[in-house]
Amino acid sequence: MAEETRKVAFICSKGNLDMAYPALVMGWAALGNGIDVTLFFTFWGMDMIRKDRVDHLEVPPLANSSMKMSMMGVPGNVGIPNIMGMLPGMTAFATKLMKDKMAKLEVPTVREYLGMLCDAGAKMYACKLSVDMFQLKQEDFIEGVQGIVTAGDFMDMTEGAQIIFI
Amino acid sequence: MATRVICGKTVQVNDEGFMTDPSEWTKEICEALAIEEGVGELTPAHWKVIEFCRQDAKATGKAPTLRRITSTAGVSTKDLFALFPKGPAKKVALMSGLGKPEGCV
Repeated sequence: MAEETRKVAFICSKGNLDMAYPALVMGWAALGNGIDVTLFFTFWGMDMIRKDRVDHLEVPPLANSSMKMSMMGVPGNVGIPNIMGMLPGMTAFATKLMKDKMAKLEVPTVREYLGMLCDAGAKMYACKLSVDMFQLKQEDFIEGVQGIVTAGDFMDMTEGAQIIFI
Repeated sequence: MATRVICGKTVQVNDEGFMTDPSEWTKEICEALAIEEGVGELTPAHWKVIEFCRQDAKATGKAPTLRRITSTAGVSTKDLFALFPKGPAKKVALMSGLGKPEGCV
């Protein structure tokens, strides 16, 4: 009996480094399990697919109540005071820390991950409204982004799919 | 733990159908599983992937993840997904007589 292929769509709306990964990891897992994957990049999420931004995603420690000193091995729940988090260099520091941890686990960079997803058959689109707002064009996006579509188009193409908003 | 008969040989499998003892695997079993999994007849390109996975699992103690296959076996992502359509992750491991890969990449 032929089963209909399961479909899943991820709406990527964030541009911070930490929020870029959920869709990438889950999308890759889905493709590996035979699930059709569509990625829709909107607003800040477009940073993930912009040629000039994808290699420069950051994660700021400022006002990030989840980021604790335990990331650097300090035991307990000691946070990073915001008065420190706002200092120049702190975002770069936190970003480097995260990147090092990812590299240690051999997790690909965002650019590489998107390439893998594309090669494995994931469909990727940018949101027209966001594109207009930021005055971007197709050429500004990395290879693999198939087009710029409207919210209505997205709803049509994800009929029957499970939609995950990130 | 259950058993099933493939190609006239009784092998041990877990709840999800993955073989639990890699030493019980044979090429005939692999070919039979390939048909079951919808991969069809196996070409040298398929065998390259399967043999890599078995060797890698023997060396590291666990089934290789997809990324490990693409980065270490010299098989591109596109080729891997073309050879084993609809979910290479589980299919390759199952056909190779290995457990499910444990990593997320």
